[in-house]
This record gives sequence, C-alpha cells and structure tokens, in this order.
Amino acid sequence: MSEIIKKNLSEIIDLIKKKEIKSEELANLYIDKVNKSKKLNSYITTCFEHTIQKSKEFDKKPNLNSLLPGVPLAVKDLFCTNGFKTTAGSKMLENFIPQYESTVTENLWKEGAILLGKLNCDEYAMGSSNETSYFGNVINPIAKDTVPGGSSGGSASALAADLTPATIGTDTGGSIRQPASFTGTVGLKPTYGLCSRWGIVAFASSLDQAGPMTKSVKDCSIMLEAMAGFDNKDSTSIEKKKENYSKNLKTDIKGLKIGIPKEYRVENMPKEIDELWNKGKSILKDLGADIIDISLPHTKYALPTYYIVAPAEASSNLARYDGVKYGYRSSKGNDLIEMYENTRSEAFGDEVKRRILIGTYVLSSGYYDAYYLKAQKVRQLIKKDFDENFGKVDAILTPSTPSSAFKIGEKTHDPISMYLNDIFTVPVNLAGLPAISVPAGLDKKGYPLGLQLIGKTLDEQNILNVAYAFEKNCNFKNEIKNWWL
Amino acid sequence: MSIDKDKIKHISKLARISIDSKKSDSLAKDLTSIFKFIEQLNELNTDKVEPLSSILNTPLRAREDKINDGKIRDKILENSPKKNEEFFVVPKVIE
Repeated sequence: MSEIIKKNLSEIIDLIKKKEIKSEELANLYIDKVNKSKKLNSYITTCFEHTIQKSKEFDKKPNLNSLLPGVPLAVKDLFCTNGFKTTAGSKMLENFIPQYESTVTENLWKEGAILLGKLNCDEYAMGSSNETSYFGNVINPIAKDTVPGGSSGGSASALAADLTPATIGTDTGGSIRQPASFTGTVGLKPTYGLCSRWGIVAFASSLDQAGPMTKSVKDCSIMLEAMAGFDNKDSTSIEKKKENYSKNLKTDIKGLKIGIPKEYRVENMPKEIDELWNKGKSILKDLGADIIDISLPHTKYALPTYYIVAPAEASSNLARYDGVKYGYRSSKGNDLIEMYENTRSEAFGDEVKRRILIGTYVLSSGYYDAYYLKAQKVRQLIKKDFDENFGKVDAILTPSTPSSAFKIGEKTHDPISMYLNDIFTVPVNLAGLPAISVPAGLDKKGYPLGLQLIGKTLDEQNILNVAYAFEKNCNFKNEIKNWWL
Repeated sequence: MSIDKDKIKHISKLARISIDSKKSDSLAKDLTSIFKFIEQLNELNTDKVEPLSSILNTPLRAREDKINDGKIRDKILENSPKKNEEFFVVPKVIE
C-alpha cells in the first residue's frame, strides 16, 4: 500500500503543488484502498468514474492556487450532491438523487476538490455509534467489532483508515467531535451560522452545523477555510469576511486564559480520561497559558434540554417525508393518510421513529409549555454560563467524550446510555459555539481519546491555534494496523 | 411522566407513523425512561428566564421577493415515487 495516502492533507497538497504526484494518480491510490476496505462499510456510494474524469480534467489544466488542488474527497452522506445518491443513512432516501448541490460541498469543489464518494452515517444523523444506519454498522479501523462513533461514523472511519485525505461531517450534538475522538482524528464544529446549512439533510435546524474532520489541526484549518462563508440561501448564515485560518495558524499561546469547568468531571469517568485532561492542562501551561478553574453550573441539564429541542425540531423537519414528492413510498394503504403512515413506518428506523415521537409529544397541545418552552429557557441558562465565563477565559478545555470507542451492540439496548456519550459535546451546540476535538492519547486498550477546546462565538482561529500548539507538544500517534486488508 | 400504549397510539397518529402493538410496548418503555431523564429540568426554577429561540444575535434575514430559479419542474418530478406527466400522484382522496 502506498505511503502517500497515509500522509496528512497539507502534505498531499504540497506534493500536488510540487507536481510530484498527479491528481489522477492520487485518486487511483484512494480508489484502490477503498475497494479493498469494504469490511469497514464506511462508504455508502462511490463515484469513481466521476472522480477519475474530474482528476484528468484537473491534471490537464491544474489550478495550483486553489486551497484543495485536485484533491479527492469523500463526504458524509448527509450533504446533497447533484446527480449522486444522497441517502442520509435511511431507507427513506435510498434512491434519492438530488438535483442540486449543497453550498458547503460546492465550496469544496470550487477550491479544486473532487468527490470520491458518500460516507455512511447514522440515519438522519441520529445516533452516536453509526448503528442506526439503514446501510449497516461502520467499523472503527482502530479495532474489530468497535464502533467509530456517530453520527459522522463513516467519515471518521474512512479518514482514519486512509480512504479519504480529509472529510466533512455534521454536528448537531457531537456528531463530528465524538467520532473524531473515537478514531484519533481532529474534528471541528464551527460557530452556528459559519458554514451554510443549505443542501444538508436537516435534523435539528437550530443546532446543525457542518465542519471538517481531518488528520491534523493544520488540515482542519485548510478545510474550514474552504467550506465556510456567507450564503444567501441559508437565512441563519452569518455575514462576515472569509478568514485565512491556515495562513494565520500559530503556536504562540502565551498568556491565553484556558478555563477548566469543574462540572465536566462526571461520575464514573474512567481515570484515564481524567489523567489525559490533566496532561492537556500541563501541556498548555508549559506553553505559557494560564489555567483557570471555572464553573458552568447548568452543564448537567444540557442533555435533557437537547433531548427536547433536537427531537422537536426533527419531528418538524422530518414531516416532509410523506412518500409524495421524493423518497420511499409504501405500496400499502387504502387512502392518503394510510399511505403516509405506512410509508413513514416502513422507511424510518427505530431511533428516528423514537425521536419523531418524542418531538411530536413535546410540541403537542397541552405539553408545549412543560417541555419545549422549559427547554428553551434552560437553553438560555446554558448559553449564559458560557457568556459569563468567556469574559474571564479565552477558551475552555474539556474531555471530548466520557469513554473511548465501545463495542458494537454494547449500548443499543438502552437509549439513555447511548445519549450520555454526548454529555461533553451537547452544551456547545446548545450555545452555538465553536469547538474542536483533538487527539490526546490512548487508553490502556490502545484506543484513542480526544480533548475538546471550546471557543467564543466566531473565534475558530483561536481554538485552532491552541489545538495546533497542543498537537505539536502532545506527540499523539494513531496505531492503525490495516487488519481488515 | 409515564408513557403508556394509549399515549403511543395518540402520538403516532399525530406523527403519521403506524406502530404495531408489539413495537408499541418497547417504545412505551423507552419513551418512559427518556421522559424521566428529560424531567430533571423540573429541578430548575425558570420563571424569570427568557426562552432562547435563536442563538444568533441578529434577526433572521429576509430576502427580496424575487424569482431566482424556476423551469425545473421535470427535474423535481424525477425523484417522485409516482407521477403522471407534470403531476405528483397520490392515492384517491375524493370519491
């Protein structure tokens, strides 16, 4: 197997710019390994003819000034790709071929990237282990029978297994950062509104954000720069100038104040995670940062709030799947209503149904104030916790997840134990803040663990810098042995 | 709040998802435990708290009421599970 595809995105871009490798050769290296890695089940759809054709076009007239010159990339199957099946991991959209392109993927293609394929994910991005996908479980390349996390599980697995040099996911409650942590990769959830949501299959619109998943912090800055930007087609898109995250990346973090929230030391957290957190603190301290203890008192209410807000928005967003305009339609039913009921019953999986029912209930007449309005109020308190502390600190350091990757089937019997996976990531979505998960070490099983840096609104550059400085001094090395080949 | 089979029947009707009675038992159990978890929020007094409906500091942008695409009827119809020339087809609703 070629050594080239093991390299980071930034190194691969350099090789292309120095003309040491052509786009087509590179594409063929990835295609070859994807074909040999079906066991991981990280791809739902491949489009290799398109990839080769586009890479040939690039090689004929290479634009080397773009951010991602001739780089083949696979993306989460939640981004609509014009002419290529977009399933959202659901039977409902098994044969759906969008007639338009999502803004974020369009931005990547404009910077020279080329689509390799669509990556597996939890159904409608609802899940933390990639076990709810209609297209089957994804395997974590770290170890057999182990989940890659979710919902961007296919993205994390493909990235860690060198089946794409970088990728993008979406993060509603931790769906980029948790799988990044489980696979020893970097994942960033941007500030709500930085990346356009247009053309992304909707889950919970006030929480959904697209973001990069990469092998290094530098790669992450390149990808974010390529995908971010104002978009008229998304009414929540923030109007601001494009930033040069990769050019402005620096390791000098002297004098920065890093907050350590005491509420993130949860009960039954493995000792290794606590140790890793301490290691993170001491690395940043040695680099000249001030470590400051802080309190985010409403942290424990973030998950219960999330499990009202997200299902409520999901039940409303997923009302569009009625078997009429696109997607699956049941052949059973005597009238229109029965057709709707059978279509949705046959094509949605158990977790999606569960969340639609929760959402429908909390929004239903007589219960709205007790649940939905209450959750919106607590969401305000959670946001306030962050607002108050960001007067005192520049960034917040926490573990990314309360455990390392778990076994397939280990948590599927109990929805709450699955939901608890997102305990450290969910508050960030509720507050609309940016956060990055960066690999920090291995547990005693040899499975990777990540640390999370949370930043102020639109302060992506700052958390990228801290993560960059941390990465350079942490000496993390992923140990993936290609056992599936 | 405990969720029983009758409640599942009522919500699934509202959500237009048919649920068979076998599934409805396990759903009732799952939803009961989820609601127990959610109801931790009742520990908090939120009488004086403003609900947060948008995380953005600015109001939603309104766009100019201008047509910027169109003539894509056939493309849209391509993904329809059942169509008849330029129409979506649904089961008969009027006798």
